[in-house]
Amino acid sequence: MPRPYAYWCKMNQYLIRRLLIAIPTLIGISFVIFAVVNIAPNDPMAQFALNPAVPPEVRENIRHQLGLDQPWPIRYVQWLGAAVQGNLGYSFNSRLPVLTLLSYRLPSTLWVLGMAYIISILLAIPIGILSAVKQYSLIDHLVSAFAFIGFSVPTFFTGVLLILIFSVKLHWLPFIYDSTLVVKDLDSLGQLLKQSAMPIMVLGLFETATLARFIRAAMLENLPLDYVRTARAKGITEYMVIMRHAFRNSMLPVITLIALGVPGVFGGALITEQIFRVPGIGSLLVSSLDTSDIPVIIGITVIYSVLVVLFNLVADILYGFLDPRIKYT
Amino acid sequence: MFVRQSKWLVIVASLAVAVLVGACGAPATTAPATSAPATTAAQATTAPTTGAPPAAASPTAAPVAKKAGDCGTLRLLYWQAVTTVNPHLSQGTKDSDAATLVVEPLAYFGGDGKPVAALAAELPTKANGGFSADGTTVIWKLKPGVKWSDGSDFTADDVVFTWKYVSTKETAATTLGSWEAVKTVEAVDKNTVKVTFTDPQPDPSVAMVGTSFRILQKKQFEPFIGAKSKDGPNLATIGTGPYKIVEAKPNDVVTFTMNENYRGVPQGKPCFKDVIDKGGGDAPSSAKAVCQTGDADFGWNLQVEAAVLNPMVQAADAKCTLAIAPGGAVERLLLNRTNPDPALGDKRSEPVEAGGQPHPFLSDLKVRQALRMAIDTTTMATQLYGASGVGTCNIVTAPPALISKNTSCKPDVDGANKLLDDAGWVKGADGIRHKTVGGKDVRMHILYQTTVNALRQKEQAFVKDAWAKIGVETELKSTSGGVFFSGDEANPDTAAHFYADVEMFTNNPDSPVTWLNYMEGWICKEVSQKSNKWSTGNYERFCNKDYDALYNQALKETDQAKRDAIIVQMNDFVVNDLVIIPLVARADAEAINKSIKGYIPNPWDSELWNVADWTK
Repeated sequence: MPRPYAYWCKMNQYLIRRLLIAIPTLIGISFVIFAVVNIAPNDPMAQFALNPAVPPEVRENIRHQLGLDQPWPIRYVQWLGAAVQGNLGYSFNSRLPVLTLLSYRLPSTLWVLGMAYIISILLAIPIGILSAVKQYSLIDHLVSAFAFIGFSVPTFFTGVLLILIFSVKLHWLPFIYDSTLVVKDLDSLGQLLKQSAMPIMVLGLFETATLARFIRAAMLENLPLDYVRTARAKGITEYMVIMRHAFRNSMLPVITLIALGVPGVFGGALITEQIFRVPGIGSLLVSSLDTSDIPVIIGITVIYSVLVVLFNLVADILYGFLDPRIKYT
Repeated sequence: MFVRQSKWLVIVASLAVAVLVGACGAPATTAPATSAPATTAAQATTAPTTGAPPAAASPTAAPVAKKAGDCGTLRLLYWQAVTTVNPHLSQGTKDSDAATLVVEPLAYFGGDGKPVAALAAELPTKANGGFSADGTTVIWKLKPGVKWSDGSDFTADDVVFTWKYVSTKETAATTLGSWEAVKTVEAVDKNTVKVTFTDPQPDPSVAMVGTSFRILQKKQFEPFIGAKSKDGPNLATIGTGPYKIVEAKPNDVVTFTMNENYRGVPQGKPCFKDVIDKGGGDAPSSAKAVCQTGDADFGWNLQVEAAVLNPMVQAADAKCTLAIAPGGAVERLLLNRTNPDPALGDKRSEPVEAGGQPHPFLSDLKVRQALRMAIDTTTMATQLYGASGVGTCNIVTAPPALISKNTSCKPDVDGANKLLDDAGWVKGADGIRHKTVGGKDVRMHILYQTTVNALRQKEQAFVKDAWAKIGVETELKSTSGGVFFSGDEANPDTAAHFYADVEMFTNNPDSPVTWLNYMEGWICKEVSQKSNKWSTGNYERFCNKDYDALYNQALKETDQAKRDAIIVQMNDFVVNDLVIIPLVARADAEAINKSIKGYIPNPWDSELWNVADWTK
């Protein structure tokens, strides 16, 4: 339905206000992250401790070159100044700009996690609806069992299990992700699908389980309501009752959940990426933590928090679109 | 009704499609793992026979003489990923190994610890006039006609430049320590380099050999000397070696291809055309990839528990062999000679001269002996390390000429108990030994720290168990490696602070000829303490003038055999006085595909030192 001018005006004001509030929030978050990472007792020089080729004065030199000889509050101000201009600093290890490192990693993460997310949404919606409509049926019980397995079995277990089945026993799928693969024909597309199948399955299982449970609950809340009964009384088909009426209304909270999950897609999957050697953001974070590569750790966490703040806003706005009862004031 | 059903059908169908896309991928291809490059066209359409391992794809016809680039792709798998391909900014083995494919030294250390000429035409000796009688200069003759991968000539200027690059402090080269003995490097002519050392060297010919001495191209790195080193082409290093870099994705994968200008090409070297150096993951799954699925040809440093690794390697259909390279790495217990009692505040773990106290019970030789006798290092090594470690009595474990035959360390729990009984350490009501020392009742309670590492925690449990049998109580502590080895003077949990009674880690000399640098770690001057900000290597706070005298004598000794004899004496000193308890002599365990020939395990240089000779 068309919305009046006043609505858009209010909407704009709301957007601007929310974006302005986001600025101090993000500065606060970045400060806390910076402080925590720098106060933590990890030393980027630790790897050289027993190396006789790296005497203490060389360590001091490296420290100086990395700017670590300054107190962290000063480094924070410098970092913030640069970050505002889009420069997140240089990695200690590879001495490359953090943003460049992230740009290498983002495609793999987006592909694997994005696919897993899309597939799990596509799977969870029919599964969730079905199990709600046929509550306490065999299907519902199966779905519930599947869901509980899905979100209670950790990814490091399912990951290794899949490797044992599909790589070691059956030799169907490779478990080392090759990021140099260029998709140029059907053959290489097949290889890409093969190498990403297992990580997508592992992540998809977990997401599907969570979402399906959620959708089922939302549907169950709506199905007994009066408007559903009214719709049935109008004589429209059961399918239309469920899809047009009950499902649309149940989707409201689900949309929020899905929108809030999107930053996670960019943030990478720590464990799954590590297991399958997917060179994504998650495995970059793990290896940076291992070697105390502070700028990279901070870069990833700060970008992640920007996305979280952003998608919170997106969820709120989407909510307003879907539900006319919600007013922006 | 019909409409309703068909809609559901659509949903179910889309579900099925999604499952197919997500789960099954494209099952119609065989794993490209072991197929020879010639079969690429065919492999895409061959349907796999379920269950059966893919054909081992061994080269069908016995190859007569392979040409350079005939062996296809070599896939290396490291559980730490490459971050730089500049050998002088290397952050660890994973980086210097990647650099080894590209750049070369004057000479490598071979698998047996003996130098092997690379860029040098021959090894300098006294006989060929290569080094001066006083041991302060050495002349290196370079191979003529060597070219960089960009086609330009390699000359003595490049060697001189590399020395300048590394020794400029602002470059912050991680190899600087190895170059410290070098005073100057001069180009005598295009193919001759003269190296002058600050002090006489017992064997000057080996003072410029190994991982720390890879030669960079002057033309490429000259603009990036000093503080600008971090902006240099560190991921596009040009070299004289068998490979050149195609693409480097730091923290992930580096791909290499054959260097057409490599001097070995006419002799068919390197046989592998491309190399993929993939990093990340963990050691156990690296082993899986090489030994079980064949997804990789070479798995680096498989620190995997024997119980996990052995079945993989010994299986009938294992695709790998395990290569063991015993070097000088020894996992040891360090026994604190000073009192780490927190009650001493600032003076805890400080040497007596700095106001600290001697350790209440570890100062007693009999106690240290009993602690060693309680531990069965052979069982520990077999159970926990398997092929990649053996129990050892010595701290100097290679090369053979340096291994002491004067030490023994048979486990003897009864003997240990008797020793403690005789020394007056009696068991209390709680079964823990105690004794009155200096008017105070001392209970044998040991705080035993190490890094967080699954294997180390098992070793800790093993030792704790052993010590419980002789009435010693052990409290275990583990600290993240990043903290434990941190140089942070404000952090009390570091190995150098040693605010514990016993700690454990592995250390090794960086080459077969630098044992003395390593043995320096127990002289008095090196005692780690507050006044030197805990920056020196003698964590045990052991100080003995007899040991110092041996060390100084060895420094001056220019005769190799006599010097070796002194190093053996120093080993015996450290072992018999129980400065440390050596536990396990660790070897690098590498898994390599069975079809690859020519690999020579090497604990003294990069494992990839002779990659140009690898064939299939």
